Amino acid sequence: MTVQTRYRGHAWLFGDDISTDHIIAGRHLGSMDPKALAEHAMEAVDSQFSKKVRPGDLIVAASNFGCGSSREQAVVALRGAGISCIIANTFARIFYRNAINIGFPVVECPGLHSRVKAGDPIEVDLDAGHVVLASGETVRFEPFPPNLMEILRAGGLVPKLRAELAAKRA
Amino acid sequence: MPGMTMAEKILARASGNETVRPGQIVDGHVDLLYMHEMLALAIKPFEEIGVGKVWDPEKCVVTVDHWVPPPNEQFARMHQAIREFCWAQGIARFHDVGDHGIIHQLVVERGYVHPWELVIGSDSHTNMAGAMGAFAAGIGVTETAAVMATGKLWLKVPETLNVSVEGRLAKRTGAKDVILKVIQTTGDDGAAYKSVEFRGSTIKGFPMNERFVLSNMTTEMGAKAGMLPADGTTKAYLEEAGAGPAYRAIDGDPDAAYLKAYDLDVDGMGPQVACPNNPANVKPIEDVLGTKIDMAFVGSCTNARIQDLRATAEILKDEKVAPRVRMIVTPASQAIYRQAIKEGLAQVFLDAGATFTSSTCGPCFGGHMGVLAPKEVCISSTNRNYPGRMGSPESQVYLGSPYTVAASALYGAITDPRSV
Repeated sequence: MTVQTRYRGHAWLFGDDISTDHIIAGRHLGSMDPKALAEHAMEAVDSQFSKKVRPGDLIVAASNFGCGSSREQAVVALRGAGISCIIANTFARIFYRNAINIGFPVVECPGLHSRVKAGDPIEVDLDAGHVVLASGETVRFEPFPPNLMEILRAGGLVPKLRAELAAKRA
Repeated sequence: MPGMTMAEKILARASGNETVRPGQIVDGHVDLLYMHEMLALAIKPFEEIGVGKVWDPEKCVVTVDHWVPPPNEQFARMHQAIREFCWAQGIARFHDVGDHGIIHQLVVERGYVHPWELVIGSDSHTNMAGAMGAFAAGIGVTETAAVMATGKLWLKVPETLNVSVEGRLAKRTGAKDVILKVIQTTGDDGAAYKSVEFRGSTIKGFPMNERFVLSNMTTEMGAKAGMLPADGTTKAYLEEAGAGPAYRAIDGDPDAAYLKAYDLDVDGMGPQVACPNNPANVKPIEDVLGTKIDMAFVGSCTNARIQDLRATAEILKDEKVAPRVRMIVTPASQAIYRQAIKEGLAQVFLDAGATFTSSTCGPCFGGHMGVLAPKEVCISSTNRNYPGRMGSPESQVYLGSPYTVAASALYGAITDPRSV
């Protein structure tokens, strides 16, 4: 299966410690529906986010993005809102795993946050392991470990396990 | 061969390796998988994987805790899906409404968590079970489905922080105040991707209910796991829970490699409070005295055990909650609820004008049973205070011990429990 590994879009800039409570509040957790969750994405930070975000936009955050709860709806809400990729100095661990597990690209690129302005057009290339800034400058990041890249290439953990099971049975 | 930390020992055992080192990626065989309402959302991906049956229903525990009893039809349907799944899969340890508890409390009080085990839960505060000398970590919905299908989870062996606490705490000061101090020291991502081990004479002297508070809030340090060595206190707790034979001592080796050591002297330290909007924004109570509150909440997996309810009742006895303040007391499990009624604590809460509810996570995550309106301020014995955590994004949450919450409820403002 061919999956997308290059993302181009305009950057949304967020600071440190954006928690899962910021991303999607507890009262919306009854569903995994991306559209329903997207309507409330980032409400606690910017009540207009879901109206202003454009398909393909990227998030560039500082440290500890996605801290707090294990709610996978936080990733689903952002993807549902049209976000194509999140780049942060660091991520909270469960948010990071949740993203990879549904085949959603999250990239740790320490220091990038301070070099991007809100609305900048940027490009991320997972295979090349770099981000291209608005100025054309290239910033490298640590490539994914092979086990994570495998999950991303499969389109997520569920398709990966399903394929492995089918191969075993064949 | 150099020694290993607790996390390294358990992950080596769970992955069939003699030794493991930080950074190594291992497949851990899960000893216990526990799930709450997120199971309802994991059923679809589980079915998509296509294995049909859960890998080992005897290694699963399920309860409902976030929305109990269900506040509307959406959540009633979630519970229905969970019930039908557990029955069809033969998950015998399914604790339905009435027999339920906040899952982290339920699994320890029923004796389901044992030292040396790899414990995985569908909730971020799974770290709490690490106080039993287990490696306990939280995961999301998709991974819950994957563990149900395979019984395995890939884990990067974490580096370990060694937190050592010495000294005698002031009156009405306990593990909540200690862990807030620790989180202030490390920051809310100071243990990101890492394991945390607690030792020192102060920790050693804590009973299990206090130890759970420490491991529970390692989540607010960003930790993958938070653990305490298993000792005589752990053994006695397991015996009480009917799981005595499962006891095995565990501790880190003296020559284990720790990434960093934090040595805290808490001698004479008084109550601490985490201020809006970050659990690491911690101040000594003297700095926030007199801050007006609208609601006081004693509840959650962090601080709603029977000892927490006794502490709350000790302050509220023969007193009244201040005018214009609502107080809600919500035990961490139905077993605690029954015990509180038996001991007469429920009567104390009700006589003081507090609401005493059955067990649920409800108010802690802004779900139901006590949600905050805009501009409202709450003092809470819970674990997080990010914007909107307990309701409106414009509400504010201060975190403290049950003693601090109860004392503040009496005066309608943040109050030092040592002064009442």
